[in-house]
Amino acid sequence: MKCSEFLTELTDYLDGSITTGIRVELEEHLQWCHECEVVLNTTKKTIEIYRNNQLYELPDGLRMRLQEAIIKKCKSVKSCKNPE
Amino acid sequence: METIQKKAENVADELALVQAAKSGDLEAFSQLVKRYDRNIFRIAQHITHNEEDAQDVVQEAFLKAYTNLEQFQGNSKFYTWLVRIAVNEALMKLRRRRSDKTVSIDEDVETEDGSMPREVADWSPNPEQLYGQSELGDILKKTIQGLPPGFRTVFVLRDVEGLSTEETAEMLGLSVPAVKSRLLRARLQLRERLAKYFKSRRSGDNPR
Repeated sequence: MKCSEFLTELTDYLDGSITTGIRVELEEHLQWCHECEVVLNTTKKTIEIYRNNQLYELPDGLRMRLQEAIIKKCKSVKSCKNPE
Repeated sequence: METIQKKAENVADELALVQAAKSGDLEAFSQLVKRYDRNIFRIAQHITHNEEDAQDVVQEAFLKAYTNLEQFQGNSKFYTWLVRIAVNEALMKLRRRRSDKTVSIDEDVETEDGSMPREVADWSPNPEQLYGQSELGDILKKTIQGLPPGFRTVFVLRDVEGLSTEETAEMLGLSVPAVKSRLLRARLQLRERLAKYFKSRRSGDNPR
């Protein structure tokens, strides 16, 4: 397996959606290719860092403004129940 | 990680809320809002890079969902449907802000070898600890903002929000192979860009 082939399969490998045969080939490649091992580990780390660090929190007041807008919209239709 | 049972309960619960909301129960719709407003805001912020626009997207997406609830057939999850509305709203905002009017989820500007790794130095064992929380947040924001919208949207839905490849494809109106291809390139490009901050470095070295 060449490094370019390893990269093509990288996403499926990280997501665990890969056939056993290809996984074995990838793991054999990793045995001798340090560069692909680094790419694999640092890509995994990239995903983890983004997953672990939520970058944006809901701004203050947005939820309330949203509720008010929906209540207003609800009142404009006949079938609206419990609008307060 | 949610258990399968918990996931099934959530889906059933979501469907009940949607049915109640369809019959005019506002409280049921409010519960759906509270359940998903954080996620929708994060997705909108990642796509638009602008807090004001992201807030508008959240409001417009929920109002649109509320108004068109009758059209939601229940063939997909409510959340999938909602995200699809929000992504479309967010891309529209982005188009208005940018002089380039061609922004679309199909944008695919890189060539095949555009993602070939050039930086293969290993990272520090605990890269997140190299920076304070707020500095780290700035690095992560700046880095993801540099990706084309189509790439970062796929990355956010798949890797940040944890949706499946199939769900992401459905939300974005893309094929599964197209999602996989964008995801691979997004992951590799982010990795490449983060390497300058996180690679093992000697004391005194500064990231470029």
